[in-house]
Amino acid sequence: MSDIPSSHEATGPIRRPRRWHIGVFLLPAFIVYSAVMILPLIETLRLSLFNTVDGQPAFVGLGNFKVLFGDERWAADFWNALKNNVIFFIIHMLVQNPIGVALAAMLSIPKLRFAAFYRTAIFLPTLLSFVIVGFIWKLILSPIWGVSPYLMDLVGLKSFFSPWLGKPGSALIAVSLISVWQYVGIPMMLIYAALLNIPEEVIEAAECDGVTGWSQFWKIKLPLILPAIGIISILTFVGNFNAFDLIYTVQGALAGPDKSTDILGTLLYRTFFGFQLQLGDRSMGATIATVMFLIILAGVSLYLFAIQRRMRRYQF
Amino acid sequence: MSKARTSLTRTSLVHLALIGYAIISVFPVFLTLINSMKDRNAIFRNPMQLPTPETFDLVGYTTVLGQGDFATYFQNSFIVTVASIALVLLFGAMAAFALSEYRFRGNTLMGLYLAIGIMIPIRLGTVAILQGMVATGLVNTLTALVLVYTAQGIPLAVFILSEFMRTVSDDLKNAGRIDGLSEYAIFFRLVLPLVRPAMATVAVFTMIPIWNDLWFPLILAPSEATKTVTLGSQIFIGQFVTNWNAVLAALSLAILPVLILYFIFSRQLIRGITSGAVK
Repeated sequence: MSDIPSSHEATGPIRRPRRWHIGVFLLPAFIVYSAVMILPLIETLRLSLFNTVDGQPAFVGLGNFKVLFGDERWAADFWNALKNNVIFFIIHMLVQNPIGVALAAMLSIPKLRFAAFYRTAIFLPTLLSFVIVGFIWKLILSPIWGVSPYLMDLVGLKSFFSPWLGKPGSALIAVSLISVWQYVGIPMMLIYAALLNIPEEVIEAAECDGVTGWSQFWKIKLPLILPAIGIISILTFVGNFNAFDLIYTVQGALAGPDKSTDILGTLLYRTFFGFQLQLGDRSMGATIATVMFLIILAGVSLYLFAIQRRMRRYQF
Repeated sequence: MSKARTSLTRTSLVHLALIGYAIISVFPVFLTLINSMKDRNAIFRNPMQLPTPETFDLVGYTTVLGQGDFATYFQNSFIVTVASIALVLLFGAMAAFALSEYRFRGNTLMGLYLAIGIMIPIRLGTVAILQGMVATGLVNTLTALVLVYTAQGIPLAVFILSEFMRTVSDDLKNAGRIDGLSEYAIFFRLVLPLVRPAMATVAVFTMIPIWNDLWFPLILAPSEATKTVTLGSQIFIGQFVTNWNAVLAALSLAILPVLILYFIFSRQLIRGITSGAVK
C-alpha cells in the first residue's frame, strides 16, 4: 500500500487518474448509514430544541429540557426512570459481570472436559429474543404456575417465595436479574477470549515463581484482562441505558407495578408513541432521546479517553 | 499425592459450578418446551414432568397455528433478516475494502465516522427515523426495517471486515493488477473469497439482533401484513395470557428456529467471538 506513491515519484510527476472506484466502494454504505442513522440522530437532537407553541413549531431552546427536569407533569417520571435505569445498570455490573468473569475463568482451565458443552449451554439464553425470555420468566415466576415455589421447596426456601414481578419493591430487581440471566454469556465469552489470549510464557513464568491457582488469577490474569473488563463494562452501560424490550414484554409499556420498573427506554416509548390515554409527543420524545444520547455519549467518552487510552483500535 | 488430590477436588468443584450454571441457563427453555406438549391439567399439576402418553397433548400448537398468522410472521422475519444481512455484507465489505486498501484524504475520518454507530445505538434516532419513513411512505413496509437494520449493521461489519482485509496479501492484489484486473474484479474475485470466514462471523452477529428486535417492528411496521415473528408472538401471547397451552406453544415455536440455527452456527459464532473479532 505504502510503496505506491514512491514508485510514482520514481516514474516522474505523472498525475494519478481520479480513483473513482474508492467512491463507488464507499458510497452505498455511506449513504444508507448517513440517511438512516446519522441524519435522523442529528434531526432528533435538533427536534429536542423545538416544540409546538400555538399550533406552530417554534424554537424553544432548552425549554423542553427545563420541562423534563423540572415540570411537575414530567420531572417525577423522568427522575424515576433515570433512577431505575441506574439501579438496573448497577445490578448488571455487580451480578452479571462478576458471574461472567468467574464462568470464563473456570472455562479457561486447560484441558477442562466438556468445556464446549458448558459454553454452548450458558450462551444459549443470549440468543433468545427478549420476548421469549420475558414471557418464559413471567410464567416461571408466576404464582399461578407453581414452578418457582416448587423449586424453592426442594431447597427448603418455599417460605421466601413471593410474586416478585408484581411487587413495587422487588420488580426492578427481578427484571434486572432476568436480564442478567439472559446476557451473562456476553461477558463470559469476551473474558474467555481474553484469557485464552494470555501468552503461555507469562503463565509459565508465574508457575516457575510459584504463583498458581487463586493468586495466579488475581495477580497475573486479572490485570491482563482488565481491558476486556473495560469493554464489557461499556457494552453493559450502552445496552442498559438503551434497554426497552424486556421491560416492555414483562411489565408492559406502563412498566408496572406503579412504574417501579420504568426506565428511559420505556419512558421514551410512552412519551413519543403515546399509550392508552396519553397522546404521543414528538418534541418531548426527542428530548428524552437526546438525554439518553448524552448519557451514552458521556459513558463512551469516559471509556475512550479515561479508561482506555488505546485509541488505535478504533482507527482504520 | 496430596497435591493431586486437591487438584482433583478443585476440578470437581469447577465442574459442579459449571453444571449448575448450565442448568440455570437451559432449564427455563427446557421447561417451556416440555410443557408445551402437555394438556392443561398436567401443566399445572406436574410442571416438572416430561410429557407422558396420558398427558401428551398438542392443543396449544393447534390453537396457535389456527389463530395466529405465524407463517406470514416467519416469512416476514426471514425476508427482513436475509435482505439486511445481504446488504450489510455487501455494503460493509465494499466500504471496508476501500478503507483498508487505499490511502486517500479523509480515510481515517471516514473510518471514525462509520465507527460511531458501533457505540451509539440507532434507536436514539427513532423519532426522526419514523418521521422520515412517514415522509417517504415506507411505514408498514418491510423495506423500512431492512433499511434500518442495514444502517445498524454496517458499522460493526466495516470494523471487523477491514481488520481481516488488511491481512490479505498485497502481493496477490498487485499480481491481479498486473494481470489487468480492475479494482472491482480484485475486490469481488480475489478479496471477497478470502475473507469468507469473517463474512460468516459478521453474518451471525448481524442476524441475532435483527431477528430478535422488537422496537423497530413495533414502531415502523406494526401492521398485520408486516409483523415479524418477534412482534407477532409478543402480541399473540399478550392476547392469550390465560391460555397456557397456547402461550407455551407460541414460545416454543419462537424458540425452535433460534435453537436450530444455534446448533448449526454455534461453532462459527463462538469461534468468531473468541478469535477476537469483536474487541
